[in-house]
Amino acid sequence: MDNVVHIKVSKVNFFYGKTHVLKNISMDIYKNKVTAIIGPSGCGKSTFIRLFNRMNDLIPNTKVEGHIYLDGEDILLTKTDVVNLRRKVGMVFQKPNPFPKSIFRNISYGLEVNNIKDRKFIEERVIESLKKAALWEEVKGRLNDNALMLSGGQQQRLCIARCLTVEPEVILFDEPCASLDPISTKKIEELITELKKNYTIVIVTHNMQQAARISDYTAFLYLGELVEYGITEKLFTVPENPKTEEYLSGKFG
Amino acid sequence: MHRVRENIYKWVFAIMAFASIIFLVGITITLITQSFPLFREIPVKSFLLGKAWYPTYDPPEFGTFPLVAASVFVTFGALLVCVPLGIGSALYMNEIAGYRQKSLLKPLIEILASIPSVVYGFFGMVIVAPFIQKVFNLPTGLTAFTGSIVLGIMATPTVASIAEDALSFVPKSFREASLAVGANRWQTLIKVVIPSAGSGISTAVILGISRAIGETMTVLMVTGGAAIIPKSFFQPVRPMTSTIAAEMGEAVFGGLHYNALFAIGLVLFIITLFFNILAEFISNRYRLKLGAGR
Repeated sequence: MDNVVHIKVSKVNFFYGKTHVLKNISMDIYKNKVTAIIGPSGCGKSTFIRLFNRMNDLIPNTKVEGHIYLDGEDILLTKTDVVNLRRKVGMVFQKPNPFPKSIFRNISYGLEVNNIKDRKFIEERVIESLKKAALWEEVKGRLNDNALMLSGGQQQRLCIARCLTVEPEVILFDEPCASLDPISTKKIEELITELKKNYTIVIVTHNMQQAARISDYTAFLYLGELVEYGITEKLFTVPENPKTEEYLSGKFG
Repeated sequence: MHRVRENIYKWVFAIMAFASIIFLVGITITLITQSFPLFREIPVKSFLLGKAWYPTYDPPEFGTFPLVAASVFVTFGALLVCVPLGIGSALYMNEIAGYRQKSLLKPLIEILASIPSVVYGFFGMVIVAPFIQKVFNLPTGLTAFTGSIVLGIMATPTVASIAEDALSFVPKSFREASLAVGANRWQTLIKVVIPSAGSGISTAVILGISRAIGETMTVLMVTGGAAIIPKSFFQPVRPMTSTIAAEMGEAVFGGLHYNALFAIGLVLFIITLFFNILAEFISNRYRLKLGAGR
């Protein structure tokens, strides 16, 4: 079971207009592991993981080259069914973004758009997702309240639950704790560690301590290039590249 | 010295700010005092529900029901034109058109709003009315239907522009969240974007209604002016606004007819006020609703 390649990134280049944002990136992402992407702001971390669920399609005037294989299938092809891909590759965003709907409807949304109508099944799945996202105990009496009434940390766990209902294989986290307080951050981190038993997780963070705490593998991205990628413990203690060492010791960033 | 100047500025701007309130109060008082003498002669009930408007007969009759009904007819018809057109173009600009198309379309639609209403009336009389007369084989082309079409076109930019603003205020993060769980573009639009912009879109429609119901020149020119209770869209009618505009010149100053026209103005004022308050109320709720989601 150890170290099965889940996503294979091969020679990926990304252009935003004329700007070369990602430069020839190749790396393997392993199944049921947490892979952290670190690097200074503007190095292309978010752009990089947004390729995995083709979120960059929404931005006009962009171009992507290379291949990303998910379970052996290239997901960067024009003919790829993005809707289907996004069901397999879920995403949690930087700012919690629940819909202005009830807690229940927020979570059942993913099932609704997949044309699932069975009330009982939906209800069970909603509760199951809330439990997996460690939010059930806090909201069980008030599923009909507006989700915007929840605190920031709760909203972010709600977004995680929303993403879990469609049973993805991979979950992308784009700086999920950037707008949260330390206690909420701790809860999300514990949750991620718990979730990796069943999902492959890729997390972008500019918090190096967070990467060190929760990830199995870490990739250091600098100016669009993959400077170093390897087992977290090794990368943080004996980095191979001097650039990595400089970044980790806070010389720039 | 500095203090004094500061105070002068303060007062000058305060007077400017309160000027509109003074005007509002002044207009309201005038409308009420000028229409009041009528209600000493004629009960409010027969003014509002009377079926005949014969202000120059002896004895005169001041039943405004045909006029109110005409206004409702024409406004409703205009809604059938401006709501689909306005919301349709808002959705197109926001969802389908690229940045360049939108930056061309939106100003163009807003130019429609700056055409003087008399020009719309002229356009309605010369182009739309003869066309409708021919197509439906009517004795006259100046009908409620003609008024509806022309007013509808006039109100479209209001609806389109406000609805488009509402749609573009929907945070990008809502769209992303929806697409990220595997919703397609259409589902995202119907289930997330439109409901989030819902109150803004209703505000757009309501402001479109008040635009249509208060319009004078155009309806005076294209609706034919017969003060009878409308039975179909294809007959001439006389809405409240055109009644005032057409008859004010011939009414004896201070006479009952004169007072009756002011009373119509009062009714009109109350109706548009109601719609504006409704729009304000809805858009306030809308701000609350999206506040945290940004």
